[in-house]
Amino acid sequence: MTTTLATPAPRRTIAQLLAPTTGDEPPRSLAPRRRARIITVVVLTVTLLYFLFPIFWVIIASSKSNADLIASNSLWFADIQYAQNYEKLISWTQGHFWRWVANSVLYSGAAGVIGTLISVSAGYSLAKFRYRGRGLATGVIMAGLLMPVALLTIPLYVVFNGIELTNTIWAIIIPSCVSPFGVFLGRIYAQTSVPTELMEAARLDGASELRIFATIVLRLLAPAMVTIFLFIFVATWNNFLLPLMMISSPELKPVTLGLYGMMSYFAPQKGAVMMGALLGVLPVIVLFLGLQRYWQAGLAAGAVKS
Amino acid sequence: MATTTPAAPATDVPARGPARRRLRQGRAEARAGWAFLLPFGVMFTLVFLVPIVIALRASLFKSVASGGGLYGGGELVESFVGLGNYVDVLTNERFWAGMGRVVLYAAFQIPVMIMLALAIALLLDSLLVRRVGALRLSVFLPYAIPGVVAAMVWLYLYSPEISPFVKLAASLGFDLNFMGSTAILASMANMTTWTYTGYNMLIFLAALQAIPHDIYSAARIDGASSWQIVRHIKVPLVRGASLLAVLLSIIGTVQLFNEPTIMATANSWMGADYTPMMMAYNTMMGESSPSGDGPASAISIVMAIFSGLLAVVYTLLQRKADR
Repeated sequence: MTTTLATPAPRRTIAQLLAPTTGDEPPRSLAPRRRARIITVVVLTVTLLYFLFPIFWVIIASSKSNADLIASNSLWFADIQYAQNYEKLISWTQGHFWRWVANSVLYSGAAGVIGTLISVSAGYSLAKFRYRGRGLATGVIMAGLLMPVALLTIPLYVVFNGIELTNTIWAIIIPSCVSPFGVFLGRIYAQTSVPTELMEAARLDGASELRIFATIVLRLLAPAMVTIFLFIFVATWNNFLLPLMMISSPELKPVTLGLYGMMSYFAPQKGAVMMGALLGVLPVIVLFLGLQRYWQAGLAAGAVKS
Repeated sequence: MATTTPAAPATDVPARGPARRRLRQGRAEARAGWAFLLPFGVMFTLVFLVPIVIALRASLFKSVASGGGLYGGGELVESFVGLGNYVDVLTNERFWAGMGRVVLYAAFQIPVMIMLALAIALLLDSLLVRRVGALRLSVFLPYAIPGVVAAMVWLYLYSPEISPFVKLAASLGFDLNFMGSTAILASMANMTTWTYTGYNMLIFLAALQAIPHDIYSAARIDGASSWQIVRHIKVPLVRGASLLAVLLSIIGTVQLFNEPTIMATANSWMGADYTPMMMAYNTMMGESSPSGDGPASAISIVMAIFSGLLAVVYTLLQRKADR
């Protein structure tokens, strides 16, 4: 039953969203003039330089010693010292560097998985069930979407300190799981891609609500779940204030906090810091490039609906 | 969760009147609905609602150490001070100085970023550009880099002894300084713009791609130029998306923390309260006085109200402009 159910609506939505970019030739009358094309190329080149230059520079800078950073041409390689900078990075972080990266993967992955499941479940509930209090719950969660999260971090510290969870992995994972934006997306997707008739048919067949959710709804919402997972994963990876407040042991730090500590408390080799920056963002960039079309789809849902 | 899954009631009920059946069905539906909401609801309560209540309560108290260190030996005596913490915040010059910086920052950074994002989205959506996928990705790539890491990279790009920009300017005879007390705000605004333009561009691009292409053909037939199509069709139709983008940017800017914190590692004159969020953090951590939960909570609440007000004012202004 489920294999045929799993293919329809949401995937097509994403395909449609991406469709305009995959070369359908414009009619002749819509094709732009040559001068406009040249101006566009110039503008886009400048734009690309702006966005990509810092990344290029990090790759260059992480190959240099402090002396070369000052003396050599800053736009190209000099005496390549990747190995030395890597060694310095490891020794300055007292061997913790890869531990920090692994911590980031653990926190972001765990928050992503748990957060996605509870968001989709809540979104499904708000979209497909009628009950008293639903409107209020929706309103409160959507208000949470506009809540400045950094401001919550301070009282959150008080709460977690009270239940003695500060400086544990839970102090990062639990707050990072809760994503009003994830519920917002889950609700929109459930509204558009879970047919009520299908749920009713399954109920008539005697399926329990949990079974319907696990076997039908989760499959229909699989694309939405990838989007939500990515949002929570990246938000957790990028969070700095939360670990700064919650975590004090070096072996529990995520990579953002670790690099900040390395940069602020010692006067390190700058090339080594840049190498840490480069290696520390690599995992998230890989994940991000591999799954980038889902971001598009998720943002599209948000932009079009609001 | 498995315990709260009711069996489907509809099938085995003999004809005892549709009304009663509907009632039972309604109850089952409500129970299932709540059950699916419950896991998120519990976490949301713990992470959002409880902290808000605690902050509201804490903001009315002030901890005073009766002896010894603040978090060390001495006993903490909590005393009720009413709205005293709020008065402290609202009459604190350093708080308003930080607030002023944040508002100034928002007033030029957000329009620049939104315009840039919209311009790039319009270009990518126009028929002028071929490799849309690669371009979109390049502009969006900075968003994958954590704000703190991006700030570290830019800090080095600004540092006089190693900055390629400063070197370039020097070879042309200029003296470029990114870290001066006036330039530094713009330098930080650039960090934020670099990171978030791609995100906002994607919001706009998604909204633009949702516009049916028939409209453009119709406008062409009526003799509209490309510029007129942009001005009178595309821009008005992405207003909804721009409202969302601006609101999220305002909320983000009020909590400005990462960029100034990184900047302060090289510019100690910025102090512990350059922005209100830094002030709140350092108040909480006891590095700024008055310190402790109470004063820090009061700062947070004042900032939350402030960002809410900004968001409401902006929404109303845009509604008015749309009429």
